[in-house]
Amino acid sequence: MKANPVLPDMATIMEVVEETSNIKTFRVRFNDENVMKNFTFEPGQVGQLSVFGIGESTFVINSSPTRMDYLQFSVMRVGEVTSRIHQLKVGDSVGVRAPLGNAFPTEEMKGQDVTFIGGGIGMAPLRTLLVYMLDNRDDYGKITLLYGARSPQDLSYQEDIAEWIERDDIDVVLTVDNPDEEWGKKPYEKAGLIPNVLKEINPDNKGYAVTCGPPIMIKFTLMALNELGFKDDKILTTLEKRMKCGVGLCGRCNIGDKYVCVDGPVFKYSELQELPNEL
Amino acid sequence: MACKFISNEDITLWLEALAKDHVVFVPVDDCGSVTFRPLAEGRKPVLDRVPVRSPKEAVFPQNETLLLYKYEKDLEDPEHSTVRIKETLPKERAVVFGTRPCGARGMTVFDRVFDNERIRDPYYATRRENTLFITLACNKVESTCFCHEVGSGPADTAGSDVLLTPVQGGYTAEAVTERGGQMLEASVFADGGNKCAEAEEVKKATREMLGEAHDYSDAPEKLLAVFDDDEFWEEQAAGCISCGACTYLCPTCYCFNITDEATGTTGKRLRTWDTCMSFQYTLEGSGHNPRSTKAKRLKNRVNHKFSYYPDTYEKNIACCGCGRCIKSCPASVDIRAIVKAAQARGAKKESK
Repeated sequence: MKANPVLPDMATIMEVVEETSNIKTFRVRFNDENVMKNFTFEPGQVGQLSVFGIGESTFVINSSPTRMDYLQFSVMRVGEVTSRIHQLKVGDSVGVRAPLGNAFPTEEMKGQDVTFIGGGIGMAPLRTLLVYMLDNRDDYGKITLLYGARSPQDLSYQEDIAEWIERDDIDVVLTVDNPDEEWGKKPYEKAGLIPNVLKEINPDNKGYAVTCGPPIMIKFTLMALNELGFKDDKILTTLEKRMKCGVGLCGRCNIGDKYVCVDGPVFKYSELQELPNEL
Repeated sequence: MACKFISNEDITLWLEALAKDHVVFVPVDDCGSVTFRPLAEGRKPVLDRVPVRSPKEAVFPQNETLLLYKYEKDLEDPEHSTVRIKETLPKERAVVFGTRPCGARGMTVFDRVFDNERIRDPYYATRRENTLFITLACNKVESTCFCHEVGSGPADTAGSDVLLTPVQGGYTAEAVTERGGQMLEASVFADGGNKCAEAEEVKKATREMLGEAHDYSDAPEKLLAVFDDDEFWEEQAAGCISCGACTYLCPTCYCFNITDEATGTTGKRLRTWDTCMSFQYTLEGSGHNPRSTKAKRLKNRVNHKFSYYPDTYEKNIACCGCGRCIKSCPASVDIRAIVKAAQARGAKKESK
């Protein structure tokens, strides 16, 4: 932990990718090369982006620690801070407080099959783990990705997806709620709600399942995973809460005695069941 | 603990001497409310009434600047600006004079959160290190006092550097910390003599006025047992108007917000008290709010103090029993009654 946990490091935006009509991905580097060189994090950890004069918000670091040219954050425009971030251009300054929170148990997952189930912006935390695993491919078993969005235009990370589809060491299935005329021509393009498509794919239940998306999608996905026989301690999800300090002080993101900003954002389904019902 | 004596008259001299190199916060009457303000000419300490506001603001101010920022335009590339930020750690040394033991004990609840093995908040830790607490033991009690039920008492020394006890003609003074001991080396202090025995009598008598203490030790499990009992929490929160007075006045509440205040191209990032009783507090960007009703918010506040915090910090209750939340609540919501009701209801549920 840094000497002053609320003091951001200054960073510069290197690249902006327009993912969808309301999601942009920002690639940033710390201005101080020493900070950049010494920065480490694990897949799943989050950071706070600051636009001075407006404020800070929390986002997952969705690049992979195996590729440290930059840190990447995907930002959905929903409020004041995210709207201001969306106006930022290459070369602009941004404050970064990272890494914060816990991470996916990448060691524990070694040697196992992993099924990823992402919905909408919930693909962001999954991307970091997926890229990490693909960069350490021999350490993991069969990798399956099911990624869904409202419409084909709402699917982020198009460049990554194209690359993943080409690879033969990952199975990709995409699904949308509202297909257009073009959709469905490729074998990996499905239509329908994620939990239903998941049951259709019927992944091997021995390994891990990692899911993130809107709360309602997570809820039904967890039910589907249960039905498919996945073990509660092998189902992982990341929780989002309103956060402020990001370091377990301000008392905003607690669920019972756990703070999502330090004890999360990654939780096992078995851990969620231990928490008071307050999601 | 060596016991010394200071006369009523010499208190003023002592405070003036301390004010030479400290900001001295004293309880003063501000439009009828007793609140802590820096000692200044014409401000007379009010020591016969329990302060309405807690002394936490000396260490954890209602507003504090975390950093300053400045946008600087890049003259070679006017489209872009760079930002410079400057940390603003507090430097002043302070003394809190005349807090009751409940107020000083509140700081120990903060200490566990803001300065531990995992994290050290430099703003809090610096202020805490630079602030001395001179505490005044109580010689009377109010109907809202319940310090004796949460591990404290009317002469509790937790969080204090010096404990004063009112006796005939002045106060006895006992050092609690080494720094407190150094303060008592001032020439205004005389040997306590027979005043010390008188002080012990005052402490004993005040404790007796509080009567027997209710036992909250099984509150965490009982509160958990009624967690999903919506009817119970709706009933408890029926009068609550979500005003947040309870949290702002509480010596153990530390929820905060962080916001930016801009003035043109410069500005500051502020930490400001916040209240978990407000709807906006947990409202998420998506519009979802996990604590959308006042019943859910009250449940979280009570649970935080009597269940989550004790579970995290070795069974210490995050409540000093000062009763400010009860006394100043426009709707007389009584946290003691809520926990007791939860204990009773929880026990009933468990026995079913």
